[in-house]
Amino acid sequence: MPKHLISIHDFSKEEILKALSLAEEFEKNPSRPIFRDKVIASIFFEPSTRTRLSFETAANRLGARVIGFSDAGNTSVTKGETLKDTIKMVSNYADLIVMRHPLEGSARYASEIASVPVINAGDGANQHPTQTLLDLYSILKTQGKLTNLKINMVGDLKYGRTVHSLLQAMSHFSPEFLFTAPEELKMPNEYKEYLNKLNIPFRETTNLEEGISDSDIIYMTRVQQERFTDAIEYERVKNVYSLRQDMLENAKPNMKILHPLPRVNEISQDVDNSKHAYYFDQAGNGVYTRMAIITMLLGVNEL
Amino acid sequence: MEKQLKVSAIKNGTVLDHIPADQLFKVIDILGLSRSGNQITFGTNLESKLLGKKAIIKISDKFFKDDDINRIALIAPQAKINIIHDFEVVEKRVLSIPASIEGIAKCMNPACVTNHQNILTRFTTITDSPDVKLLCRYCEKITDLKNLKIISKF
Repeated sequence: MPKHLISIHDFSKEEILKALSLAEEFEKNPSRPIFRDKVIASIFFEPSTRTRLSFETAANRLGARVIGFSDAGNTSVTKGETLKDTIKMVSNYADLIVMRHPLEGSARYASEIASVPVINAGDGANQHPTQTLLDLYSILKTQGKLTNLKINMVGDLKYGRTVHSLLQAMSHFSPEFLFTAPEELKMPNEYKEYLNKLNIPFRETTNLEEGISDSDIIYMTRVQQERFTDAIEYERVKNVYSLRQDMLENAKPNMKILHPLPRVNEISQDVDNSKHAYYFDQAGNGVYTRMAIITMLLGVNEL
Repeated sequence: MEKQLKVSAIKNGTVLDHIPADQLFKVIDILGLSRSGNQITFGTNLESKLLGKKAIIKISDKFFKDDDINRIALIAPQAKINIIHDFEVVEKRVLSIPASIEGIAKCMNPACVTNHQNILTRFTTITDSPDVKLLCRYCEKITDLKNLKIISKF
């Protein structure tokens, strides 16, 4: 059992399944104050709503006390304190650290400094492993299984850290992928090579309507304006990769739409009431999976 | 034409030959030779059938540990290491690329934590193609040789 959760590949297939089955237990009964004697530090060097609130909810439901900050602006960081010193100090106060930081690799570095477990709640564009686990939990919950599923990833596949981590995590479960993205935001070669090495089939398309009817999961991502140098190109792409209710007519009954949120206009509001929409429930699953991860890293494996 | 040495022979020490000419000063940097008290001679832009232009370094009375000398494998993989005793080559060493690299190279990712805080860089080397690549332990991004910057400590 790894001491920290920094990248999704820190967890083996067995550990992923363990976390998901613990999450299931917590969903059945979310009030489990098993860590009344623990203090959890939630240190967010950049803003976040869902991740921070769901971590703090998870900690509270486990009975732990939460300390921390949600903005580095009112800490000693503004006085020039190094990350190393901040982490050294916090690990003297708390039994576990949840950290979000804008610099890539900051969480791995913090795990080398800290004397207590560190959970990466996002290190810039690099990793966000608890998001991946809640995505897996959502897939498992809606499909009843993780194996042999057709996953259609849509939108920004080049810079989207959630799709890269989900791709790596799903590769344990013999999936089939469809990558739907504009030319300029295609899945990077290193991930395609990774799938080729594992003999996992995938296809690529630029046409969103092509892959809807045979997908089990459509994983939507936000196409961000700052990724485009050409504003007109952004406008074109933004409207092409927008999912509407009328496109879902031929979808499989079990198909669910996931999105890490926040959504802008890549899923039209009329989809929200469809039986395929799952993105708000997905966000709710974050609390149970984060309870599971905290529990595992604090050394408890059975409830 | 009579063959003659462009860089004079040493009695005892180490000769690093077949260094690509444009990497000479990086090699000097990595090995920390600018701080060395030993006698050092070097030549650069010498003719080479293999490299076009090569450089050579001769260091008297200096014998490197494998770990130290392998650090130059990143930028001069074809370099030949000859150990000299009494003007004779007594040993030829072949460079091998180390599995991990610490503190020599800079991560090319501007958002990597190692480029913002005082942190020793750490990479694992990826050698599945002829061009070595470095995988950053922290930001998990790959730095290729084209973008490789050596951290100068001196």
